[in-house]
Amino acid sequence: MADTQRPLSPHVQIYKWQVQMTTSIVHRATGVALAVGTLLVVAGLLHLAAGEASYAHFKEIAGSPPGLILLFGWSWALFYHLCNGVRHLLQDAGFGFEIAQFVRSSWLSIVASIVLTVLVWAYVLMHGGAA
Amino acid sequence: MSARDVVVKDRRNALKIARGLGSSQSGVGHWWTQRVTAAALVLLGLWFVATVLCLLHADYATARATVARPWNALLLIAFVLAMFWHAVLGLQVVIEDYVHTRWKEVVLLVAIKFLAVLGALASVLAVLRIALTP
Repeated sequence: MADTQRPLSPHVQIYKWQVQMTTSIVHRATGVALAVGTLLVVAGLLHLAAGEASYAHFKEIAGSPPGLILLFGWSWALFYHLCNGVRHLLQDAGFGFEIAQFVRSSWLSIVASIVLTVLVWAYVLMHGGAA
Repeated sequence: MSARDVVVKDRRNALKIARGLGSSQSGVGHWWTQRVTAAALVLLGLWFVATVLCLLHADYATARATVARPWNALLLIAFVLAMFWHAVLGLQVVIEDYVHTRWKEVVLLVAIKFLAVLGALASVLAVLRIALTP
């Protein structure tokens, strides 16, 4: 909380829920989650460089139940941030500013991220699981 | 051109002009870099996911050989650099928005930059080690 004594403007709980609020907040949340997930990319590369035993250890942890749950969450976060990020880039270019378009593109981001996540994990399962 | 025209053209305070801090010096730099790295990550991110899926059940030698291929090593380094750059710019905004105690804000802003540089350097070194050692 601010260490100033100034009055605060109304916050989210004051307003009626709209899908654009959710896509905006979730974009931030997934961004922070993915920033933490960068550590996984570094860990994977370091273990691959360090040798066979090291890489096997990394794969074992990534393929364990908690590892898979985290990977699933990160995969959805990645696809959501990707879809909604493309939406934001298009909006930055000046497209889709009508309220109806804004609502529709919000839902499109959510649905597309779920579809992509399902497709990736369906591929993983069809190829004998992730472990 | 008279002196009057000059006055009309530039309404900034004289001190502002002298310091060179007027608009469009660096004001949109953060915003623009965030978008450029985002555009790069759309392509590199999809490529990265596809590459990881291809290596799902690959043994160690195959995984290493895949990363060592020149195009893959190049794109992987590009991905990692864009990823950490984009992450730092994003985290910076989140910290500036929510951390209202000045010293905590500054400490966090510096800490994420240190971590991102370390992460990026470690990743690049790992890729180079895989790509350059037989």
